[in-house]
Amino acid sequence: VCFIPGGLDCSISFVSHVLGKVCVHGRQKEILGVLVPRLTNLTKSDCIWRRICWRLVECVPDRWMEAVVLGFVQKAPGADVLSRLLGNLVVKNKKAQFVVTQKILLLQYGHTTAVLQNLLGYLSLDGLRRTLLHKVLQELLETWSSSSAVKHSSAEQQLYISKAILLCLSHLKEPEIESCRQDLLTSMMEGMKCHLDSNLPQLRRLGMVVAESISLKINTEGPVLKFEYEEDDETRELKSLLVQTPSFCVVPSLPDDDRSEKAGAALPLVPESDEKCRTAAPVMPDEESDAELDSDDDLIPYDMSEDKELKIKAPVYIRDCIEVLSGSRSEDVDKWEATVKALESLVRKNPAATREVSVELAKILLHLEEKTCIEGFVELRQRAQVAVLTTDPIPVAKYLTSQFYSLNYSLRQRMDILDVLVLAAQELSCPKFHGKIKHSGAQKPCIQLLPGSDSSKDWRRIVDERIKSKTRRFDMGQPRVELASRPNEFNCVAGYFFFPLIQHFDRPLTTFDLLGEDHLVLGRLVHTLAILMYLAVNTVAVTAMGKALLEFVWALRFHTDSYVRQGLLSCISSLLLSVPMEQILADMTEELLETQSWLGDVMEKDPDGDCRRLALQNLLLMENLKKKLEAVPS
Amino acid sequence: MALPPPDPQFVLRGTSAAVHTLHFSCGGPEPDIPLLFSGSENGFIHVWNLKTHRVDTALDGHGRKSICHVETMGGKDRLLSQGRDQRICLWDLAEGRTSVTDSVFTEHVGFCRCSLLKVAQGRWLMAVAARSLEEVQILELPSKTSVCTLKPEVGAKLGMPMCLKLWQLSCGSQPVLLAGYEDGSVVLWNVSMGKVLSRLTCHQEPVMSLDFDSEKAKGISGSSEKVLSIWSLNEQQNLQVYKTHELVNAGISDITIRPDKKIVATAGWDHRIRIFGWKKLKPLAVLDYHTATVHCVSFSDHSNPRDRLLAAGSKDQRISVWSIYAQT
Repeated sequence: VCFIPGGLDCSISFVSHVLGKVCVHGRQKEILGVLVPRLTNLTKSDCIWRRICWRLVECVPDRWMEAVVLGFVQKAPGADVLSRLLGNLVVKNKKAQFVVTQKILLLQYGHTTAVLQNLLGYLSLDGLRRTLLHKVLQELLETWSSSSAVKHSSAEQQLYISKAILLCLSHLKEPEIESCRQDLLTSMMEGMKCHLDSNLPQLRRLGMVVAESISLKINTEGPVLKFEYEEDDETRELKSLLVQTPSFCVVPSLPDDDRSEKAGAALPLVPESDEKCRTAAPVMPDEESDAELDSDDDLIPYDMSEDKELKIKAPVYIRDCIEVLSGSRSEDVDKWEATVKALESLVRKNPAATREVSVELAKILLHLEEKTCIEGFVELRQRAQVAVLTTDPIPVAKYLTSQFYSLNYSLRQRMDILDVLVLAAQELSCPKFHGKIKHSGAQKPCIQLLPGSDSSKDWRRIVDERIKSKTRRFDMGQPRVELASRPNEFNCVAGYFFFPLIQHFDRPLTTFDLLGEDHLVLGRLVHTLAILMYLAVNTVAVTAMGKALLEFVWALRFHTDSYVRQGLLSCISSLLLSVPMEQILADMTEELLETQSWLGDVMEKDPDGDCRRLALQNLLLMENLKKKLEAVPS
Repeated sequence: MALPPPDPQFVLRGTSAAVHTLHFSCGGPEPDIPLLFSGSENGFIHVWNLKTHRVDTALDGHGRKSICHVETMGGKDRLLSQGRDQRICLWDLAEGRTSVTDSVFTEHVGFCRCSLLKVAQGRWLMAVAARSLEEVQILELPSKTSVCTLKPEVGAKLGMPMCLKLWQLSCGSQPVLLAGYEDGSVVLWNVSMGKVLSRLTCHQEPVMSLDFDSEKAKGISGSSEKVLSIWSLNEQQNLQVYKTHELVNAGISDITIRPDKKIVATAGWDHRIRIFGWKKLKPLAVLDYHTATVHCVSFSDHSNPRDRLLAAGSKDQRISVWSIYAQT
């Protein structure tokens, strides 16, 4: 395609038509791949070429405008190039405006960050277009802060919108921020609330990063909002967007190290010693004092071999521990600390003594609060609880499960109960696992959010591996090392762990409503049930458990929270893996068929990617198990 | 083959409360009885007769609030005591009297012990932590007039003063104050001008106690951590860290240098008293008698070197008295 230079007045509407038609047929890449670089060069300094280019795009008929604009936005190497090529098209043409401000940003979310940068940079480069930038920002913020959008849109879309918001913020100038400061603040508060309410850690992090960035922009002096979260590539990339990249740079800049370091620390670091203070290197003793050395040697030291570190002795008997911990003598904090540290090993060494006082000990541990600052207190307490539970499972499990549904416990305590039950079940069913699983109970200070389901992620991995091992059995060539088999101690007690938990979930208490606000606990409960189901493989109660679980899942299958749904799907996986297929087909055929159709539905229509994947895995698992069953001659 | 550490020469019991401060008064000529003053948590000051090892008198002047410091002012007949009732009392103990002659209301609610320095016959300077959190007030006794108030500059963030030591290089020269603060720094103040001469950060935790040897211009400070810090004062009046010594267990409540500047005693939170040589801080002995934190140590001022004693008061309500390195 070559153009006639010079002062000839020519009509290029024909070319626009061609361009439009080609683009709408899906050939944007080819034609724009040639056109855009040429035009970029030509329009660099030549005004006439710019006008020609603008005319070109303006004359594209409306029905093809979207394809052309989209193509340009995707192909242009930078926002300023885009600006040169498109000019004020968005202001002049309604369709283009719709595409740029609504469709690409709010209705689609598959575009790359570079596209967003081009687009938003383009909007910011001209005074006429800046009003559109503000409008766009407002709409983006509205979406970001609407709780229904947060709940129902996918994580990818939310990431996309967050990126767009950050890019808009980076383009805003001081006076503009001044004028919309109040709105920014309101949206930030709203949006922060919805995001922090979510059960998925990724969404929470997104919310935190965006809220921090907004706060940074509107509070240039004074304290800025800072959250504490784990930095990862995604957050670093997001934060790098907030920095204004020069317009000729298309690739997102390398993570801004200063910002990520700053954001990692929630409190300002204590300043090191003042410059005024002296901490000079130690002065070496003078050489002349040799003569004085002798008189010092007159003093003969005594024997100091007994001088060792002072160790507070922990009690040796379990009942003494109970006495110390239940606070009858509250002044002796050293002894309390030593007891907390020594408790787990004492419990494990004295199972008979523990069994006598197990419920009392469990009660004390459940209510035990940190009296002094011990490192790893939460973990110590949890390990002690697990030790007590595994030593005397039935009464303690009865106690803990009854407390789970009692009044006046904090969410943290209820989730502790669930964690302890899972860890103990794990230990009882596969004793060799004990010690390998990481505990992620450590809580951090500052804005404290309930830790995510880290333990269930480990389990998901294990369950997934099991599923994989079953669905691709023909692939496995290497012989598996036979693990030494032990009786499953979980057998006798599985029912005590499982059934009380599942019993009262639909009965709300004044302070605890699983089906209402406390969906985080519900999510954790569902995951716990999945794990307990998985661990109950080869136990006697497994079929009854499976039936109860299936009913439970069925009742909750349309829950709005994606974390709960993921849990429900893990329940199904565990069920399929643990309950022998013959039993399933014998007792639960109808439910199974209904479940299958539900899974198909989830696989196609669920907004959450993880749910869809899990549903697919479940369906595959079902198929494979059925095939396996049919393959075995009965 | 090192000898095992000695046992206490004797132990004084009967305070019925944790002992926070001790002061000897044994310098008087015969037939004066050597005395030991002790201040306890129940607000009593006990005057111990070191010949009979019994309490001669019990003084009650601080409304049963804990006593944090006792010191004699030129002889055993005049006693100064500081209590946590925010008062400093001056006692007249001559001829068997036990009356409070004067008192100063300091309005200080912390634990900082005051420091006395005799500047002239019958005149003392006293450094005491003042009402405002970071300030130290210098008063002249017995007139109780304020000489100056030492206020750190804004932003210095020193925290509360934890321990004080007033000293002067020789009689008639400028009095100076060494103060250890909550942020772990030791500050040298010029009292007459009220200015900071030097500041040294030698600890990460609050400075619990310090002592200074004006002849060698060397001082020692201990805090709640495991490190003892020895610092020196050079000609430009600047403090520099000279040496540090790491202890086995963390926490020092009190440090005192013997008047002959040969040894240093520290009172530890690990129930032990440690003796070091002052020259090079060579560890000499660890005296392990008490069963709770040792709050204070004090050397006696016997004129005969062989009679010299070391006393330690502890939370276990006992005062142990030791004779150690008395032959040198």
